[in-house]
Amino acid sequence: MMRLDGQRVLFYLSLALAVLLLLLPLPAALRPLRPWWPALVLVYWVLEAPGRVGLATAFLTGLAADLLAGTLLGDQALRLTVVVFLALRFRARLRFFPMTQQALALLLLLANDALLRWLIRVVSGVPLPPPLAWAAPLAGAALWPFVFLLLDALRARLRLREP
Amino acid sequence: MALTRDGPRSLGEAATGGTLRLAGYLLLGVMLMMFDHRNGWLPRLRGAAAMLVQPAWRLAATPGRLVEDARRQLASAAYLRRENARLRDNLLLANVRIARMQALVRQNRQLKRLLDAVQSLQMQGQLARVMDIDLDPFRRRMVINRGARQGVHVGQPVVDAHGVMGQVTEVLPDTAVVLLVTDPSSALPVVDARSGVRTLAYGAGRGDLLDLPDLPVTADVRVGDELLSSGLGGRFPAGFPVGRITALKPDASGSYLRAVARPLAHLDRSDHVLLLRDLAEPFGPPAPAPAAGPPAALLGPAAAGSAAHPAPALRHGAGA
Repeated sequence: MMRLDGQRVLFYLSLALAVLLLLLPLPAALRPLRPWWPALVLVYWVLEAPGRVGLATAFLTGLAADLLAGTLLGDQALRLTVVVFLALRFRARLRFFPMTQQALALLLLLANDALLRWLIRVVSGVPLPPPLAWAAPLAGAALWPFVFLLLDALRARLRLREP
Repeated sequence: MALTRDGPRSLGEAATGGTLRLAGYLLLGVMLMMFDHRNGWLPRLRGAAAMLVQPAWRLAATPGRLVEDARRQLASAAYLRRENARLRDNLLLANVRIARMQALVRQNRQLKRLLDAVQSLQMQGQLARVMDIDLDPFRRRMVINRGARQGVHVGQPVVDAHGVMGQVTEVLPDTAVVLLVTDPSSALPVVDARSGVRTLAYGAGRGDLLDLPDLPVTADVRVGDELLSSGLGGRFPAGFPVGRITALKPDASGSYLRAVARPLAHLDRSDHVLLLRDLAEPFGPPAPAPAAGPPAALLGPAAAGSAAHPAPALRHGAGA
């Protein structure tokens, strides 16, 4: 169980990197468009290795992101849980979509999340995101093929080396 | 090996058991948010998790620092010479200005002594470096590399060479979070340097501007006026430049003027900032006197042990 398995390392490393990427400084003009990396990475793992990702993983990842980025505690945790739940629910279909359709599905997932984020911010009275932030799901969906191919390539390389 | 582990959960199981667990996690998330919102759990939790948060912040700041270092390494000699000349000019100007100020300070001190006032403008600063990371992208905050171990405490004002930047809102052992003046939850008492009109400058949140929503229609405020911190409230010292008014228009009801100001501090470009140590004496009414009870003598031995403020009680007794 505690064996150092390449894929497991890649899994945790990719999650940690995704959370750290949230903090990466961007030019002020691009800041509202910041893609939500943990969601992209988690959805990838849901599609490719659902045994690894459950709602608990999503919740804990979100909690770590909240803690680091200083958003309302539980905000990103809740939203990530919803994203992962939906991805798990539609996994059978999502898996066999061609890449463009997958990106489109991700756009819907992230748009749903943008709505949820707006709702949470309205209810908790935190400053609302600027209008440009509604375009962030587009950035996320545009990046999806790259995230997918990168992680897939890394995983394939690990699998070749392992057996 | 890895492939066999890929599908242990059947689709049906994920569908039925999942919904219930989703509801559980949603409830947990909402409860966490409520507790955090009402009791401010996050800073405390972050304080407890500082051992984890600080290295993560430092790690996230590394790319920015590497870029900055590379830029410095690659800066050409001509650029450095030009910058050096510019800085030297600035220093000369600043020294001349300080020399002139010295005379004013002396004069001011004499006048103060005549007036028997004790307010002092003396203060000390502590330099800190801005860590290159973005927190929650819809708020205006920054992280600096000085914390509780270096004597930083919540509420300390932060300035740069051009004006007020914000105040410390959260302190970890070696880092601190600064709320910028442009954050929507920030309010700063300011005074118009030209006319002396006092008001509050709120963070507009959008586009890095300051919002002055409640100026009377008759207020003597013009576009281009410089705003200084007024020192009211006692948190920010008086007289630091804050912003310059860029637009002025009546608000929706027509009974107030609404001004928009651009902050003078370089909020996005500052590398080093100054944490101010000693606050100027707060203006405003003196601290409330301790509640005056009956003279200590009348309270008997019970009060003698627990009297928190023996001095006022004694004075009271002497007067009676």
